[in-house]
Amino acid sequence: MSDFFLSPVGLQHWLVVSTALFSIGIYGLLTRRNAVGILMAVELLLNSTSLNFVIFNKFATPSAVDGQIMSIFIIAVAAAEVVVGMAIFVTLFKHRKTVDVTSMNLLKN
Amino acid sequence: MHSEQSFILNNVWLIPAIPFLSFLTLGLLIRNFPKKLQDQLSGIVATLAVFSAAVLAYWLAWEYFHLFPAGVAKQALVPWSFEWLRYQENLAVNVGVLVDPISVLLMVVVTTVSSLVHLYSTGYMHGDPGYARYFTWLNLFTFSMLGLVVSPNILQMYVCWELVGASSFLLIGFYFEKPSAVSASKKAFIVTRFADLGFLLGVILLGYYGYNLFASVAPSLHASGLTNVQPFDFAFLTNPEVMNQFMGMSDTFMGMGVLTLSMVLIFMGAAGKSAMFPLHIWLPDAMEGPTPVSALIHAATMVVAGVYLVARMFPVFAASADALLVVMYVGAFTALFAAVIGCTQDDIKRVLAFSTLSQLGYMMFALGVSSMDHPLGYTASMFHLFTHAFFKALLFLGAGALIHAVHSNSIWDMGGLAKKMPVTHATVLIATLAIAGIYPLAGFFSKDEILVAALESGHTGVFAIGLLVAGITAFYMFRIYFVAFWGKPSHHSEHAHEAPISMLIPLIVLAIFTIGAGFVPMADLVSIGHSAGGHHGINWAVAGPSLFVAAAGISFAWFMYVAGGKQRSAALAGALGGVYTTIKQKFYFDEIYLFITKKIVFRFIATPIAWFDRNVVDGGVNLSGWLTRASGAALNSTQTGQVQTYGAWFVGGAVTVTLVLWIFFL
Repeated sequence: MSDFFLSPVGLQHWLVVSTALFSIGIYGLLTRRNAVGILMAVELLLNSTSLNFVIFNKFATPSAVDGQIMSIFIIAVAAAEVVVGMAIFVTLFKHRKTVDVTSMNLLKN
Repeated sequence: MHSEQSFILNNVWLIPAIPFLSFLTLGLLIRNFPKKLQDQLSGIVATLAVFSAAVLAYWLAWEYFHLFPAGVAKQALVPWSFEWLRYQENLAVNVGVLVDPISVLLMVVVTTVSSLVHLYSTGYMHGDPGYARYFTWLNLFTFSMLGLVVSPNILQMYVCWELVGASSFLLIGFYFEKPSAVSASKKAFIVTRFADLGFLLGVILLGYYGYNLFASVAPSLHASGLTNVQPFDFAFLTNPEVMNQFMGMSDTFMGMGVLTLSMVLIFMGAAGKSAMFPLHIWLPDAMEGPTPVSALIHAATMVVAGVYLVARMFPVFAASADALLVVMYVGAFTALFAAVIGCTQDDIKRVLAFSTLSQLGYMMFALGVSSMDHPLGYTASMFHLFTHAFFKALLFLGAGALIHAVHSNSIWDMGGLAKKMPVTHATVLIATLAIAGIYPLAGFFSKDEILVAALESGHTGVFAIGLLVAGITAFYMFRIYFVAFWGKPSHHSEHAHEAPISMLIPLIVLAIFTIGAGFVPMADLVSIGHSAGGHHGINWAVAGPSLFVAAAGISFAWFMYVAGGKQRSAALAGALGGVYTTIKQKFYFDEIYLFITKKIVFRFIATPIAWFDRNVVDGGVNLSGWLTRASGAALNSTQTGQVQTYGAWFVGGAVTVTLVLWIFFL
């Protein structure tokens, strides 16, 4: 355990950051009642994934840039996704005067 | 081979195909048209189709019997066939067309009677709401019957056999809003289906042993010119070498040889279709169908399919003497039994139905008394089939004209119709004389030949029955003739008028056939085995007594119903008492069947099976359904509609799987 804290920053440290980010995202995804909050949690998940790509690119194949390119893709897709998601929420709000996801139970039974 | 030059011999398939195409056109196309157009087209299309098939059949008969004139051994040709099913190298079933004397004969009979019945029906069924449907089924029947007749193998015959049964069912139940017609059609279907079970078992048994023989026999068959022969083909089954092998088999079942057993089973199918005792009960009820249908299906063509089957398989029946004896006794008994019942019935169609049974009995026992060495009965049977088709169809169509005129089936509602319906009267009189066996009408020659065959075979008892039945036939036929045409007019028959021309033409044509058919030199056309000098001319030692009993029957009918009026026949019925009632109730056979089916089969077999089905089988099915529903209800509450809850389950599941993998596999 102490090795981890004493050693210089390496793969494992970065993965811990990424995993922490992912876990926070999952927590937010499952607990937030506000749809915008959920969207933000999803952003955290995407960022953690993006980060993983960069980390593995650096430590596994430093000479290539595949991971970086992938993460740029993810950023672009995430931006698009936010736009669509927000548009949906705006429409939803216009209809139901709320974006509280617990009140949306049309899938029930 | 001469047939290469002949168009019709190479294209025999057209004869069944034309009615089939017409059936499809009517059923799929014309019946979608507006009602008025339907009625205008369907009769014409159907009638023309069958008439053209009839023309081709006559052409074929002309060509065939010129190719093989009298005295020349007649080959069985298969000018057209294709492979339908192939199971193994040595087991295939073809669909094809067989041309031999009896199939040509039957094609002529079927197309002739069918086309005349079609023509008659355009008048008889005029204005009926089911006009187009009627002709559709009638064409289906004609196709199936022709397909049956030309079958080169027993499986094709079985398929067509069921098809004629199905079209008979559809036509008996044509007036399906009438409960009696519905139950009659069901009765006919179930009784014949039951008999067909025997047929199928016979076919399977014969096919199984035939297939086992096939590999060893096939090379020599191929060498003798029978290439492309298959185990189910008649050419294979009736081949002498194959039958010798069959006879040599030591396998027995319940004390019967394989050959005898399979032939008895096949005869069971034939007896069902030809309404032989004790499977005769469906035919009288089948008269619920329209009268032209009775004429075509239940008198002239379909019911002779059983006789045809026995004739087709005759060499095999002949090889098994026991099976042939069964055919003979069943035929002779049916002839007598049905004739006796026929004397007491009041419904004109039922009398004719029982007379059909009786005449079919004649054909059967004629086959039963013949053998490969004395094949006169075979020829006689086919001859009687040929003549009977014409005069019985004529009788039915005449009866239809009477029913059309008086709107009742009972002979007592008719009466005094001789003057009002002169054409019907004349033609029905010809047919009645023919069936009574009066010289020189068709029935005389064929019945005479059957009696000669019975006498020469040495079965004197059967000959005596045949002679007796000839007298009874003359009696009951003249009974309905005298009552309907000479009797006192009833209020029903006062306003009777002659039938329309479309109904009279078939009557007249059939009357001409009835007069002429007896002069066909059948012995030159149809024969089998070692026919060294077939029977030619009239054997007066037999014809004399047969004419005498016919005259006696006619005089007795005259004595009872013309000279004596109603009182004398009522007095005789009263004197006979219980015997008369028993006969009138058809020996209570319907009741016996009902007792057996209801009180025994239903109660002790069907009811327990139904209980088992309802409680055990259905219970199992219901249990699985109930389990699914109960588990669904239990798990229902987990479906909250909250996507986040689902997400939590999903994440939890993913984490669990990861942990499991980590703990157990890392």
